[in-house]
Amino acid sequence: MRTILSLFAEYLGGTRFRLRMEPRMKQPGWLGLIVSLGAVTFALVLGGIVLMLVGGDPIRAYVFMAMAAFGNIGVFSDTLVKATPLILVSLAAVVAFRMRLWNIGAEGQFYLGAFGASLIVLTPILPPETSPWLMIPAMMVMGMLAGALWGFIPGYLKAKYNVNEIISTLMMNYIAVAWNNYFIFDVWSEGGFQMSRQFPKTAWLPRLTDYAAQVPMFRGLTIHLGFVIAMIAAGVVWWILYRSRWGYEIRLIGDNPRAARYAGINIVRNTILVMMLSGALAGLGGMLEISGVVHRLQGAISSGYGFTGIIIAWLAKLNPILVVPISILFGGLLLAGREIQPSGIPMLIQGIILVCLIGSDFLFRNRIRLVRVGQEA
Amino acid sequence: MDPIIILQAGVASGTVLLFATIGEIFTERSGILNLGLEGMMLIGAMSAYKTALATGNPWLGMFVAMLVAGLLSQVHALITIQFQADQVVSGLALTFLGTGLSMVFGEGLSKAGAVALLPSFSIPGLVSIPFVGPIMFENQSVMVYLGYLLVPLAWYYINHTRPGLHLRAIGEYPAAADALGINVNRLRYFYVLVGGMLAGVAGATISLAVSPGWFSHLTTSGQGWIAIGLVIFAQWDPIRAAGGSYAFGALRRMILDIQGPLKIFGLRNPFYYNPYWGFFLQMLPYAFTIVVLVIGSREAIRKRMGAPAALGLPYIRGERGL
Repeated sequence: MRTILSLFAEYLGGTRFRLRMEPRMKQPGWLGLIVSLGAVTFALVLGGIVLMLVGGDPIRAYVFMAMAAFGNIGVFSDTLVKATPLILVSLAAVVAFRMRLWNIGAEGQFYLGAFGASLIVLTPILPPETSPWLMIPAMMVMGMLAGALWGFIPGYLKAKYNVNEIISTLMMNYIAVAWNNYFIFDVWSEGGFQMSRQFPKTAWLPRLTDYAAQVPMFRGLTIHLGFVIAMIAAGVVWWILYRSRWGYEIRLIGDNPRAARYAGINIVRNTILVMMLSGALAGLGGMLEISGVVHRLQGAISSGYGFTGIIIAWLAKLNPILVVPISILFGGLLLAGREIQPSGIPMLIQGIILVCLIGSDFLFRNRIRLVRVGQEA
Repeated sequence: MDPIIILQAGVASGTVLLFATIGEIFTERSGILNLGLEGMMLIGAMSAYKTALATGNPWLGMFVAMLVAGLLSQVHALITIQFQADQVVSGLALTFLGTGLSMVFGEGLSKAGAVALLPSFSIPGLVSIPFVGPIMFENQSVMVYLGYLLVPLAWYYINHTRPGLHLRAIGEYPAAADALGINVNRLRYFYVLVGGMLAGVAGATISLAVSPGWFSHLTTSGQGWIAIGLVIFAQWDPIRAAGGSYAFGALRRMILDIQGPLKIFGLRNPFYYNPYWGFFLQMLPYAFTIVVLVIGSREAIRKRMGAPAALGLPYIRGERGL
């Protein structure tokens, strides 16, 4: 790589040059933003090249995707609906990653959250005529509890037995999907279909379109209360991380575990608690998705949201507030991506974005200079 | 539910895990954690299948799989060695990238039809050994036999050769290795490549031998992640990796077979009467991976062994650290 570049430089200048990197002393904030934007642009160009290779027209595809996600108020509302679960799984990743706990099980915790919320409606723990004022909060609590349980298991194993949480959370994803499938196919199956019966209206999160009779403008807007809850969750996570004692402990452990231990911070307890908080956030995401969008328990409620959340968390530099706008952009990508063939394109673009992003971090930390050979001090 | 058949098929499907696990052992022994195994296996499986379909030559497919997966691994090497980025995140990125690429380029392959597979044969002589013969040497794919060869070779290479000593040195104490004139980063590039190519072999073994075909991202069904778990269970030792891989292979096969008979051990077989109970069986390999991790981690603590000391840390000359 370096030799190719230096050859190129030689060709350009006629003299021998080579690239030198040196650490940047000052790392201005605006630079981080520019580097991230540059990385995303670069990723889109690379994605376009791949699109061309498989016989597509990248510019048309991107314009189509932008229109399909942000073209009018109707699709924008759909984009926000897609962004809602993304915000929550990204927050789940932010909380865990901030402590350098690699919870990549948000996907499974999301499924368990949906399952927990369904328990309330389908067991049924609460009868269908229960007031939504009780039903919805009960579903939220149960969804968060189920997600927290799914985070507790790997958290406990990590804290007590030093079991690698990356692999355990990932394995828990597969187990969660099979668990949900059992209930969808067997216990709660409606007439042999692979889904539960529809929830009663009292278990639905209110949507804008439900008020179309009063405000005609809202007709067809599927955005639901979950989006507001997700934004509140982002605020709460920000408050926990940056304004509470607990958040201070989390950040200290993440930045310097040794110093944290000397300061008397209980790492075992925090490992378990953070995994549970992370799981609860993802679980809430699952609850909002079934209560706000599909209104029943079914398979494939997540198209890899848990993994997209990791990318969003990284793109947001683990900032809970930045997670919201970036989730909206990715919501658009997922929404528009559904209509793009081949079906792997959104996954591919996400992968390229993440690769470029972590690669670009190097440019942020280091300065690359072209120097003439012999001039080097 | 014939135990011989389960073990025989277990050895075959365990071979996939074996290649992936031993590849990852090489990579991790050099100090680089590559979590992108699943992505590299997928792209290996896809490119092998696509090549075999286009040319009719499965060996060419295997070669292309090694090439492509090796190339993908170098993205990880560049980001983690050159750019010193976090190896966990880079590995995850590699998984997305590999999965996305193989889904895009593998579009439509699942309906492609029959393809020339890698040959299967029995080993004359060895096959007549009682019990072991039919399990290990009867009508197995050539990849299974190559797997048998790889295990002792990898073990010998790592523990008893000079390059193997260098490999262990750069993973345990890169600064000391550097002082002895070993080019730490160049060797790390090389072992990331080795791991990538073996992951490609593992992927190609799926699509061209063990369970032929291309089933989009379901082709690997999380085996890349199971392999990473097995590395920890195996304590970075190829021989233990072989035991773990074959045991997992047998478990996968048993799950399929257990749903067949009416009775197990003289009792009514619940998995036959309610096929949906099969979902609990499906959880087993993943639950078992977690159990295996607990065993491996506890043992590591007890024996004071564990991961290569420099695993996950970039080597920067002159900086304090390992």
